[in-house]
Amino acid sequence: MNAPLLQVERLTKRFGGLVANEDVSFSLGAGEILGLIGPNGAGKTTVFNSLAGFFPPTSGEIRLDGRPVAGLPPERIADLGVARTFQIVRVFRSMTVLENVMVGAMLRHKAVRTARRLAEAALAFTGLDRRSHEAAGRLTVAEQKRLEVTRALATEPRLLLLDEVMAGLTQAEVQEAVEMVTRIRARGTACVVVEHVMEGIMPIADRMVVLERGRVIADGPPRAIASDPVVIAAYLGEEYRAPGP
Amino acid sequence: MSRRTGLAVGLASLLGAALFPLLVTRPTWQNTAILMLMTAQLGVAWNILGGYAGQVSLGHAAFFGTGAYVSTLLSMRLGVSPWAGMLAGGAVAAALSAVIGWPCFRLKGHYFAMATIAVGEIVQALVNGWEALGGAVGFSLPFTESGLWGFVWGRSKLPYHYIALGLLLLTLSVNWLVTRSHVGYYLRAIKDEPDAARSLGVSLGRYKQIAMMLSSALAAMGGTLYAQKELFIDPGSTLSTSLSIKMALVAILGGVGTLTGPIVGAVVLTAIEEASRIGFGGTGRGTDLIVYGLLIVVIAVYQPSGIMGWVARRWPVPGPAPTGPPAVGLAPEAKSS
Repeated sequence: MNAPLLQVERLTKRFGGLVANEDVSFSLGAGEILGLIGPNGAGKTTVFNSLAGFFPPTSGEIRLDGRPVAGLPPERIADLGVARTFQIVRVFRSMTVLENVMVGAMLRHKAVRTARRLAEAALAFTGLDRRSHEAAGRLTVAEQKRLEVTRALATEPRLLLLDEVMAGLTQAEVQEAVEMVTRIRARGTACVVVEHVMEGIMPIADRMVVLERGRVIADGPPRAIASDPVVIAAYLGEEYRAPGP
Repeated sequence: MSRRTGLAVGLASLLGAALFPLLVTRPTWQNTAILMLMTAQLGVAWNILGGYAGQVSLGHAAFFGTGAYVSTLLSMRLGVSPWAGMLAGGAVAAALSAVIGWPCFRLKGHYFAMATIAVGEIVQALVNGWEALGGAVGFSLPFTESGLWGFVWGRSKLPYHYIALGLLLLTLSVNWLVTRSHVGYYLRAIKDEPDAARSLGVSLGRYKQIAMMLSSALAAMGGTLYAQKELFIDPGSTLSTSLSIKMALVAILGGVGTLTGPIVGAVVLTAIEEASRIGFGGTGRGTDLIVYGLLIVVIAVYQPSGIMGWVARRWPVPGPAPTGPPAVGLAPEAKSS
């Protein structure tokens, strides 16, 4: 085993005087699921946007298979095998569900026919195939989030960045989303999951990184994180209990 | 409207356009038909950038004028056939669009549209003050021998009608090919959600540029046809901002981002213009602008997806695959800022 799939080294991002991330470091192996949690304003989405190339970091480095990628534009990052979803959904509203996913598939396969075939397969994988010919703008929020995941998967990523795909969903929809992420992991795609919904992230994450005020305050397996007093004080609240024995 | 009905309407329109000058021999009517075809061609060309990619250009007259001037200068100075000049004009316009696109594509929505107005005005001012390009006086094209090589016909306007129709069909074919390739999908994605498109590996700059080069080259070819038909060009007739607005307007009126919308828009707009010209006489030099203004207001308020959007809602396509009326139009990227 050489370099990990993703290595974040002392990532710092400032917006003027505001320090959104300071010295954030963590790493992720191929096929792993990393949960990134923290209270509102902790800097989760900023980390996320730096990883996806939307914000160039102020300092620090991001390595993908050992290769420095910090500061590359989003389209280059996507080309290198990193796909993302958006916290506030951004589906192509005037296009059909199938066409949305085809745009993702076209990153690797420019021929329309091939892209369509692969998009259909991706839709079958995430269970959206019944809605293929619907205009994307007509889907429910849960379905639109699922569509974003499908579209990202169609780019054949090695690393998938999921930004609050479970927020605002019903209990049943959260269970479906958890099940989907589990199947994505089974394919061997690594994931960084930013999540507020605890029952969503705890059972599926291999490791958790907790951010508070832009800094990493804990990094470890979910069980340990859930019982870490620092984390409990900062974020989870006293009443939270780790599931199971 | 089903696919089959659409095809039937399309073929009937093509047949009608082909037969029209043979059946209707009055010169004014024939001229109006040529104007409709030429305007439609420009609207379809504009639509590649403004409709599919959602980048509203209000400076396309710069490309139209480039086509008119390049072929005219090549023909007058070097004796090059305007047919070759038409291709050269397209190439020069595409190159010019790359120079303009590089800074302008950094701007979004309204700001892009405003920058293109500035570009159009700058080009017009440049030519106005440039003696070698005819200045404000322009050129009267020499009436050499009538015929195919010279791209000039004196007695009958019929050849212009068929050249305009051919050029429209060529432009439609390019448009159709774009929508059938990954480029068309990428352009629509860019229009809907530019950031999401980037996250899927789409280079905004590259694909907007491809759209702009195709769009400007085709508009320039229309410019050559105009020069050869009128045999007179000056900055006012080939580079004016009102011409730029007209190109955008026919597409928006008919329905942006649809293949045939600009044709419908061109027919309606040209009919209104000619009617108002006849009604107000030759002195009504400003009436076209009043008509444009009124139409913009009416479309923006009542029918933002244009005539074809209304048709699509009135007679929806049965069965699956409703692409729906495109989310339009005048401010496509406003939501992403």
